[in-house]
Amino acid sequence: MGHIRLTGVKKCFGDVMVIPPLDLEIEDGEFVVFVGPSGCGKSTLLRLIAGLEDVTEGVVEIDGIEATSLPPAKRRLAMVFQSYALYPHMSVRKNIAFPMKMARIPQDEQERRITDAARVLNLTDYLDRRPGQLSGGQRQRVAIGRAIVREPSAFLFDEPLSNLDAALRVGMRLEISELHKRLATTMVYVTHDQVEAMTMADQIVVLHAGRIEQVGSPLELYREPSNLFVAGFIGSPKMNLIAGPVAAKYNAHTIGIRPEHIDVSANSGLWSGTIGVSEHLGSDTFFRVNIHGLDEPLTVRTDGEIGLRYGDTIHLTPNPDHLHRFDAQAARLA
Amino acid sequence: MISPAVVLLLGWMLVPLSLTIYFSFLRYNLITPGANPFVGWENYYWFLTDPSFKAAMANTFMLVGGVLLITVAGGILFALLLDQPMWGQGIVRIMAIAPFFVMPTVSGLVWKNMFMNPVNGIFGHIAYGLGVQPIDFFSQIPLLSIILIVSWQWLPFATLILLTALQSLDQEQLEAAEMDGAGSMSRFIYIMLPHLARAITVVILIQTIFLLSIFAEILVTTNGGPGVSTTNLTYLIYVSSLLQFDVGIGSAGGVIAIILANIVAFFLMRMIGKNLDA
Repeated sequence: MGHIRLTGVKKCFGDVMVIPPLDLEIEDGEFVVFVGPSGCGKSTLLRLIAGLEDVTEGVVEIDGIEATSLPPAKRRLAMVFQSYALYPHMSVRKNIAFPMKMARIPQDEQERRITDAARVLNLTDYLDRRPGQLSGGQRQRVAIGRAIVREPSAFLFDEPLSNLDAALRVGMRLEISELHKRLATTMVYVTHDQVEAMTMADQIVVLHAGRIEQVGSPLELYREPSNLFVAGFIGSPKMNLIAGPVAAKYNAHTIGIRPEHIDVSANSGLWSGTIGVSEHLGSDTFFRVNIHGLDEPLTVRTDGEIGLRYGDTIHLTPNPDHLHRFDAQAARLA
Repeated sequence: MISPAVVLLLGWMLVPLSLTIYFSFLRYNLITPGANPFVGWENYYWFLTDPSFKAAMANTFMLVGGVLLITVAGGILFALLLDQPMWGQGIVRIMAIAPFFVMPTVSGLVWKNMFMNPVNGIFGHIAYGLGVQPIDFFSQIPLLSIILIVSWQWLPFATLILLTALQSLDQEQLEAAEMDGAGSMSRFIYIMLPHLARAITVVILIQTIFLLSIFAEILVTTNGGPGVSTTNLTYLIYVSSLLQFDVGIGSAGGVIAIILANIVAFFLMRMIGKNLDA
């Protein structure tokens, strides 16, 4: 179980409306990622689901039961915080046991679940340490362990990886994904990192200024962004967005083309320009190309071994199958 | 070369200390001038066998313990209250710490004359208003009255330290505990209190050092009486040296007070050392 439905949920802090009324449905067992730039209301939305913030208007339903005014403890959700929020004066064992102690679960059952969680999360050797004696990744796992033992109907993650270094983040990302496969429990995950969103999610919810811009699977968002914001936000490096006369040729206000969907040639092409900064990643090379007649340079992906360098003239041809067109209201044109 | 600061510090500390120890071995009474012969441990013997000494020790510990109990418990309560968002928070906080700035003699006199006086005091008036026999604080419950006055003075200090400690508690920890199903009482016991442990030991240490030498409040209210019921060690030393003019016995009392303070400090440091390690 772990079906969450938000209907007309609105949140105001004083006079400021951070979340205009929105509807959202999260299916049982789904891995849903809320993604958006800082301050877009994604954490607030998560806290509304958790019950740590009260909704100003609207209804939150969990497993078909109205939970709008239920306290957090009664919602059967577990949350992993950005700062991990471990209890520093308790050992790892006691940290993990705390929710069960509060729920008055029998001692031997507690012991069994702790052992299970510790085994799954590779924490068996650290059970008697304090959180202060653990590394960032281990603390993260303790926080997850504390969530698992409650056997909640859904997990809520609030930017859980943002305090880890890049290498650890990739590792933990995989561990969380594996955990989801194993437990098959609903997970709601908040991040500002679209790579995390793309790699982990079944469904991505793109938020912007409290509004849901688009909901869809990672590839849907990549292939068919429903508006300019999603187009610019999903994908790394960002999609090239071109407005003005060039777009008008395609009967659009703005056109978008991803760096990987532009053909590069030294001799001939639709657009020509000179190479600015280039980034060599080995497998790929990204060029910033100053196109004649365009204000903004375009980003282009090419083969890693291409023999072009700074100042060279280059010809670009967008792949028409992957060209995105948007109208003046920033919405996608079919 | 020994630095001037160390010399100053040594002079500042060692001269009075060694003179006190020196006097404590002399028969030195200002009422009977003349030779001040060396009498060995005689002054200590008289001070320790004085029936008031036992009472003074008991009173000292009652005073320190009572004030610590009230200020720590009350301090936690006030800190929790002041931590709540409310209208006029700034002014309330300033008013809450105000008693700390009132001089001990002044607060002693104010409490004695304006609050605890059975005829003129507010408590007396309230008792009259309710038709109850007013309490004569300083004759019926003298030590408790002193404890109340000193607690009133030190409550702001405890509140202030505990409030800052409370504010340094990570809000996400409380939210995590809330998600984990802890009610407000469980959150207080399992999350807040352990977080406050360090601040509480600091409050206990600092207050104990000052409370062992409470004097002004006793002098201006009860003068150690009735009998010796509010005489603490400090006051007993004052009585010996400045009311009975016996410098020798007074000094012996002073040395005993120093030893006592060091024993207390030793245990406190061990206790706190353990607490600060974690």
